[in-house]
Amino acid sequence: MKTIEVPALARVEGEGGLYIGVKDGKVIEIRLDIYEPPRFFEGFLVGRYLQEVPDITARICGICPVAYQMSSVAALEKALDVEVSPKVYALRRLMYCGEYIESHALHIYLLQAPDLLGQPSALDLAAIAPDVVKNALRLKKIGNELLKAIGGRSVHPVNACVGGFYRWPDVAPLQALLPELEWGLEAAKETVRWSLTLPYPDLEIDYEFVAIHHPDEYGVMHGDVLSSKGNTTSVADFEMRYFEEHVQRSNALHGHTALGGTYLVGPLSRLNLNHAQLLPEAQKALKDTKQKLPLKNPYKGLIARAIELVHFYEEAILLIKAYQPDGPAHLALKLKAGEGCGMSEAPRGLLYHRYKIDQNGMVKFAKITPPTAQNLPRIEADLLAMAPKLVKMEQELATLTAEHLVRSYDPCISCATHFLRLKIENRE
Amino acid sequence: MTLTPKTGRKPKVAVYKFSSCDGCQLSILNLEDELLDLASAVDIAYFIEATRTVKPGPYDVGIVEGSVTTPHEVERIKEVRAECKFLISLGTCATAGGIQALRNFAKASEYARAIYTHPEFLHYLETSTPISAHVPVDLEIWGCPVNKATVIEVLAALLQNRRPNFPPSPVCLECKRRGIVCVAVAQGIPCLGPVVHGGCGALCPANGRGCYGCFGPSSAGNFSALVTCMVPNDRYPNETANLLRSFSSHAPAFRAAADNALKASAGKETK
Repeated sequence: MKTIEVPALARVEGEGGLYIGVKDGKVIEIRLDIYEPPRFFEGFLVGRYLQEVPDITARICGICPVAYQMSSVAALEKALDVEVSPKVYALRRLMYCGEYIESHALHIYLLQAPDLLGQPSALDLAAIAPDVVKNALRLKKIGNELLKAIGGRSVHPVNACVGGFYRWPDVAPLQALLPELEWGLEAAKETVRWSLTLPYPDLEIDYEFVAIHHPDEYGVMHGDVLSSKGNTTSVADFEMRYFEEHVQRSNALHGHTALGGTYLVGPLSRLNLNHAQLLPEAQKALKDTKQKLPLKNPYKGLIARAIELVHFYEEAILLIKAYQPDGPAHLALKLKAGEGCGMSEAPRGLLYHRYKIDQNGMVKFAKITPPTAQNLPRIEADLLAMAPKLVKMEQELATLTAEHLVRSYDPCISCATHFLRLKIENRE
Repeated sequence: MTLTPKTGRKPKVAVYKFSSCDGCQLSILNLEDELLDLASAVDIAYFIEATRTVKPGPYDVGIVEGSVTTPHEVERIKEVRAECKFLISLGTCATAGGIQALRNFAKASEYARAIYTHPEFLHYLETSTPISAHVPVDLEIWGCPVNKATVIEVLAALLQNRRPNFPPSPVCLECKRRGIVCVAVAQGIPCLGPVVHGGCGALCPANGRGCYGCFGPSSAGNFSALVTCMVPNDRYPNETANLLRSFSSHAPAFRAAADNALKASAGKETK
């Protein structure tokens, strides 16, 4: 029996493994093992006060804490039947800009690009292309600085709450970021041009793209769930159309649609469904790429991220220029028993939360559907399609090829609980 | 501390992940201004989140993020200890069990049944425990997440063969130093600042809210006085106990104080 084994998947957040079973030269089984340990957030949220929820759920993911904070406050505000002021909403979008910038810069340059350039890491890349990596770190830092100016720190910021923010961030530190953001906007456009020069493997997949869509803004927090199959689902009906199931090998739940099909969330879905809502500079950057939409190559998620990077730099500049704190930073909450669901687009895809609370604001029930759980069946299906090629490769190349595909999805395994050990077992 | 190899070779550093959100490792990748210098000063020999390259141990410095929550992790931490000369617990998961240690006050198996349709597929322990509960640890860095400046200070100290300088005082004094008006005194907002390890720079009070204890217990904290003062002002049932039972819940000082707060709350209700 020949077994090939891959160590833990590098440069994804969290831990997992990949197993391929082969018989008579044919791939008979494939599974993505998620061995990131379960942490039971939905369990210990029960009995907590609603204002603790955004602080606790942030800890599901160190790369996208803002997404967890925003989806949870949206759900809890729905449960209380309150709506935040336009100024609060604008500040939430600005905070999300910071997260998109740091997360996308991290994934484009530090996590995925080394694969396309044949390097083990961005640190190795720095040895041959120091300016690329220096600019990447600067691009990423600006996102972190923006988060810091709003929330005190970039990982697990402390300012967001149900009803708004604990306090309005000061104007001066935000405005002081404008010159760096202007540099970042140009560097993001350069990132788009550079992204076109990378050698993407040929692969086109007939995805069902799913993303939040809003007619008037690039869908992040407000809007309905749009599918490329043409259907639209309200936030309230999300669970009617999109399910999670628990499969044996995994500490993560697997998502699928009501018809049993796989679907894709994340930057490709957002770009393909929402490109009309991109801001002008991002529109222009997209047009200049001459890429035909929909983009169906999972590796080209990098191009989608780069275009989004332009968008979120552009949006951050507009929002800071318009930022004038006025009125209360948060609503005075009137507690009542209720149930609410909320969602937002984490940098790696749609993130859904639902809570039930009692009349004292204590959580009675919590459900969280992270983006990576929704993408896992799709990643598995892609690996299955690729498996016949993989088993013919040398172990090292097979591992690298499989890892690269998985990494291109930007899986956030801690979120989905959840990551790569490639084992090819020949059962002859 | 004498870690820098005498031979003049760069010290080999390994970064490991246990049960966690990755936020503390990310704090290392977030050292945008220092990362390339750091990579030239030390040999990053094992850091899965950053690189595919794995150089074999032993390592001069091991940095562990996360807590121990699975049978596999119980074994793995022993291997990690064996291959690292100097072991650092990075962040509140590694130093106190983290937010996932809330299971220590409940039944993890019941959580598993409530969340997963097939809890029998899962591998987990009933408790989430700090690294020091399993192997000797040489240095602990608190924070959820850690302050990246502290990470640099520790690594610089190791390279310079000196003791790292940690913030000596609790959050409360960091607040005073920043000239922030006390949220507890002025606004009656419950705040753990007097009993929590400094290092964040009093972020929460600076944002108009009370400290929620993500940097763990200060050795200088007067917990019983804090509980006595705070419980009567709880704004929702068991607020003080909940604050103590959050990110650093398994730390002994927080455990005892939370128990006291629960007793005090129960006493308040019967009055």
